[in-house]
Amino acid sequence: MNKIANKTIINNVLIEEAAKDKNIIVLCSDSRGSASLEPFSKEFPKQFVEVGIAEQNLVSIAAGLAVCGKKSFVFSPASFLSTRSVEQVKVDVAYSYTNVKLIGISGGVSYGNLGMTHQSPNDIAIMASTPGMRVYLPCDRFQTEKLIRTLLQDKAPAYVRIGRNAVADVYEEDNVPFELNKAVTIQEGSDVTIIACGEMVQYAKTAGEILKEKGISARVIDMYCVKPIDKEAIIKAAKETKLILTVEEHVKLGGLGAIVAQVAAQNAPIKVVSLGLPDEPAISGEPAQIFQYYGMDAQGIVKKISELLVYRC
Amino acid sequence: MNLKKKAYELRKDVVEMIYRTKNGHIGGDFSIMEILVDLYYKQMNITPENFKSDDHDHFVMSKGHAVEALYAVLADRGFFPKEDLKTFVSFGSKYIGHPINKVNGIEMNTGSLGHGLGVGVGMALAGKMDEKNYRVYVVMGDGEVAEGSVWEAAMAGSHYKLDNLTAFVDRNHLQISGTTEQVMNQKSQEARWAAFGWNVISVPGNDLDAIDNAVEIAKKVKGKPTIIIAHTVKGCGISFAENQIGWHHHIPNDEEYQTALKELDERGAQYE
Repeated sequence: MNKIANKTIINNVLIEEAAKDKNIIVLCSDSRGSASLEPFSKEFPKQFVEVGIAEQNLVSIAAGLAVCGKKSFVFSPASFLSTRSVEQVKVDVAYSYTNVKLIGISGGVSYGNLGMTHQSPNDIAIMASTPGMRVYLPCDRFQTEKLIRTLLQDKAPAYVRIGRNAVADVYEEDNVPFELNKAVTIQEGSDVTIIACGEMVQYAKTAGEILKEKGISARVIDMYCVKPIDKEAIIKAAKETKLILTVEEHVKLGGLGAIVAQVAAQNAPIKVVSLGLPDEPAISGEPAQIFQYYGMDAQGIVKKISELLVYRC
Repeated sequence: MNLKKKAYELRKDVVEMIYRTKNGHIGGDFSIMEILVDLYYKQMNITPENFKSDDHDHFVMSKGHAVEALYAVLADRGFFPKEDLKTFVSFGSKYIGHPINKVNGIEMNTGSLGHGLGVGVGMALAGKMDEKNYRVYVVMGDGEVAEGSVWEAAMAGSHYKLDNLTAFVDRNHLQISGTTEQVMNQKSQEARWAAFGWNVISVPGNDLDAIDNAVEIAKKVKGKPTIIIAHTVKGCGISFAENQIGWHHHIPNDEEYQTALKELDERGAQYE
């Protein structure tokens, strides 16, 4: 089992790149520990900005740096970054179109037993509905690395949401298919399609394998690019399989499921069912317990698809 | 160039813009005109020629609703043709009712209050990191400083010893619903900023010489940012608009328009 968290990978990539590019700046809001930024802050103190517990100012400062040619990488828990600083994200980053990459750490229900203050059940909805903002939820360490290296090449705003803990590898070190804004088909299939993002992809992948053994051909799509979403992949799945099931660590309103359903409804109407967090504060527990409780893990996905297919007959 | 007279000529441009389009914030435009004139005509190293370079001074209009004053100044400084301002707030125009970086000469979009100082802190930090000589200027309103984010930025400005950052509070005592003291007490601005570790200078804010002197002092202060509390008169330049709450965004009628232009001519003529 992989023990390297996605945030550690981002830190490693930025350390490597910052040595070559003094314009790479990392900012945090008393979150260097939770973001695993100690190594970066020690190695590049002049490229590291601590703003204290002040997430609004965190984003404004990042934007001001970007106007002056810096490549700002902002690290803060997704819970605070997506709601406490949402107006600064809207005005100073998205609207002003500054080169700020927002890294929402410990996203979703990573802090499953700390209450909704520390969770980001609606960050996808907020960020994706902001004009000009891109939203990415990479699934494992290998894809996270590819994504960050790619985002370093452009000047547009983006929000990247990752979880707190290490997650199982979905890809292999020497086999990481990646094209910016293109979904990855992890498993081909013709009966149903499972579309997942972020850390739910590992469950979708396992579910696809279990379904295969049961004789159900499930296409599994890693939609790490929630915005701009890969419409082509959705339309193709809608035309070639019987139903789409989406899985996300987010409420069902305004997230991956809603976006997928919108694309499908407008282009190739098909039944789209979403799995996600409820419209109430999530039950307390470790993330895995929470995913199991709400039927979002591999077994939950298999169960839901089995039910839906029976119903169709 | 006679800058004191210039400030009144530019006010006429603002009146024209607002009267013609029935849109704008005349009171706050007029209270900060001397600040803008000092910065754009005398103090700041920023021109249409160097605007795309890495070394020019930076300006953030944090009280974005005073955009008409900024447009008048930028047009007069050659950032875009004055003719362009005829499209102010018209359908599809880039000259909208708040600063936007689609307009040449503007780097940061504002409008929502309380953002500009944090952005200015970021710009000043970048200057320190790169050992640039540029300076950063931010203009805020006195109603605006009720925003908590201003004080987050104030903390960071002194924490990082940003002596390349100078901010203004347009202390005209009025905001849209009443006096600042009625709406949210903003007394003791000087003490508040001093407590946050800033170098504080208090000046009569429509006195060009006093502003220029304060900006000069700020340039010499080391180890801390400077706040200039500019005690201004909202609507300064038109007798019947001065210190009137209603003129925050009042649109002059035909008679007020004619009288305003006449008064502004007379005020400007004092400096010939």
